[in-house]
Amino acid sequence: MVSKVKIKINDLYKIFGPKGESHVEKVKSGMGKPELLEKHSHVLGLQNINLDIIEGKIQVIMGLSGSGKSTLIRHINRLIEPTAGQIYIDDVDVLAMSDEELMNFRRFKASMVFQKFALLPHRTVLANTIYGLTMQGVEVKDAEERAAHWLKRVGLDGFEDRYPAQLSGGMQQRVGLARALATDADILLMDEAFSALDPLIRSDMQGILLELQEELHKTIVFITHDLDEALRIGDDIAILRDGRLVQQGSSQDIVLNPADDYVADFIKDINRARVLTVGTLPLKKTSAKGITLSNETSLEDAMKALVEAKKDSVTVVKDDKKLGSVSMHDIVHAATRSSETAGEAVTYR
Amino acid sequence: MSLIDWNKLTITEPPVLPRELLRNFKKGIDGAFRDFSRTYGEALENFFNPLLMFLKWFQDLLVATPWPIILFIIGGLSWIGSRSWKMSVGAVLAFVAIGWMDMWEDTMATLAIVSVATLLCIAIGIPIGIWMSRSDRAQRIITPVLDVMQTIPSFVYLIPVVMLLGIGKVPGLLAVMIYASPPIIRLTNLGIRLVDAEVLEAADAFGSNYRQKLFQVQIPLALPNIFAGVNQTIMMSLSMVVIAAMIGVPGLGVPVLRAVSNQYLALGLMNGLAIVAIAIIFDRVSQAYGKRLQKHREGDHGV
Repeated sequence: MVSKVKIKINDLYKIFGPKGESHVEKVKSGMGKPELLEKHSHVLGLQNINLDIIEGKIQVIMGLSGSGKSTLIRHINRLIEPTAGQIYIDDVDVLAMSDEELMNFRRFKASMVFQKFALLPHRTVLANTIYGLTMQGVEVKDAEERAAHWLKRVGLDGFEDRYPAQLSGGMQQRVGLARALATDADILLMDEAFSALDPLIRSDMQGILLELQEELHKTIVFITHDLDEALRIGDDIAILRDGRLVQQGSSQDIVLNPADDYVADFIKDINRARVLTVGTLPLKKTSAKGITLSNETSLEDAMKALVEAKKDSVTVVKDDKKLGSVSMHDIVHAATRSSETAGEAVTYR
Repeated sequence: MSLIDWNKLTITEPPVLPRELLRNFKKGIDGAFRDFSRTYGEALENFFNPLLMFLKWFQDLLVATPWPIILFIIGGLSWIGSRSWKMSVGAVLAFVAIGWMDMWEDTMATLAIVSVATLLCIAIGIPIGIWMSRSDRAQRIITPVLDVMQTIPSFVYLIPVVMLLGIGKVPGLLAVMIYASPPIIRLTNLGIRLVDAEVLEAADAFGSNYRQKLFQVQIPLALPNIFAGVNQTIMMSLSMVVIAAMIGVPGLGVPVLRAVSNQYLALGLMNGLAIVAIAIIFDRVSQAYGKRLQKHREGDHGV
């Protein structure tokens, strides 16, 4: 499958303050965030961001609070104007758009889901869901029909006439999701969309999102500070720290080869068995008598399969081609490398 | 010529303008304003004439309408506003009592001027409030003007108003509006500025334009505050009834003034209480309506 770049961000800088432009060169030549704040009282939001977001994938952008992730996602639909850099969407320069073009871009091409839901409290669930459609100029009756369809898809059948305040947080965010999906935009921007929800509901919502994505294949940019969430839903993960991208890659890449201490710190408590797949382990060339599994199988599933089959080695195949074999011992070893020993075993890039 | 009367300056007397200079200064202002009102007074009067006609017509209408119909309308409006039988019956009884005490005609005149003043305050105040909320500069300029309008003693602005337009309903209406319009302006501005930033961002993210944002997001979300402003404006225009009576506005204020100058305790008290009764009815009904407007904001997780 040829992957097409949907959103291309080049050399993006954002410096908050009245004279941001005049400080870009200083940042480029190495001035850090604290120094810029102290000497020029400007806040460095983002620096030197280069990111290609692939069509039909979920790109997670992760970082702690203050790392610039919410700032970055707002550059994609220009809710925040960059200080320097380029943003292309489908090879169209977003920054060159006129007000009119930008408005149409926001109406038709990119919709957004917000951390605190941002629903209109004076409108019913259905009236909230049609908001984006009415901005597109769709007739109310038609819009309501389409909105009702999406409400059904997110499991809010029968809640059309409620007001947001009458719903729980998880249900309100389903409305937010339905409102964003209803516009049929092919880009979905999700700014910490599930962060305000409690863990069970959050996991529920992640499930709904993944299920919908399986058939919709939208390009989703998902902001989160939660690594488990990032690993579960992200096809690609980019990690931000102090406005700089410190690492980008698949979840496997990040877990196996953290770029620095910051990333290593992030991943130290995650469930490796669920993230890593047998294909990422060092495979022996000898063939084993045990069971045969695809290289995409997680270590967790592999261990389960081995226990159930009462075997102790796996032959790993990719598209029916044999790659090699790995023993139960190696799988358990890879899955349980604790944070204390990770220092020696993990190689920094 | 010196700007300070040195002969008068002592340790107990502060520096003061020479008497002649001060007199000329006051005369100059008076003369200039008199010239202004002579030149433009008539034009202004003509400009306000339609308003006067409307006020007259509305007052005549209220007075000419058979009293049962007025009672029915009062009861009906109270019901629409508050959805409470107690409130509506109370309002009707209050008006029956007012009629019984022979204050019906004055009350109708007061209702006429208060409703017209309130409507005009809303029509002028909400757009100004919106403008203020959009521009920090407008807010910086308008806020002190509103402060002056609310704190300057009413008698002070009665002078130029009367000089310009004479005595009558229109100058009375203007005086009421000067006093009663600040709250609606302030609360419209405040309400719009308090709209949740994330909701506004969502409106932007879905490609709303300026008008769509204003009418579909900001004003509806500011409505509870705007409504509190309307309520305040009604209350303040009612409290101006007596002062407006001084410059010839008919209504419950006129007998109160007469009572003051002749020491008629009962007359003053009765008309005063009639004003209070109207104020309480307006206040409770409009507050109940305001509360009902935002009922959906209360969270009851009915699931």
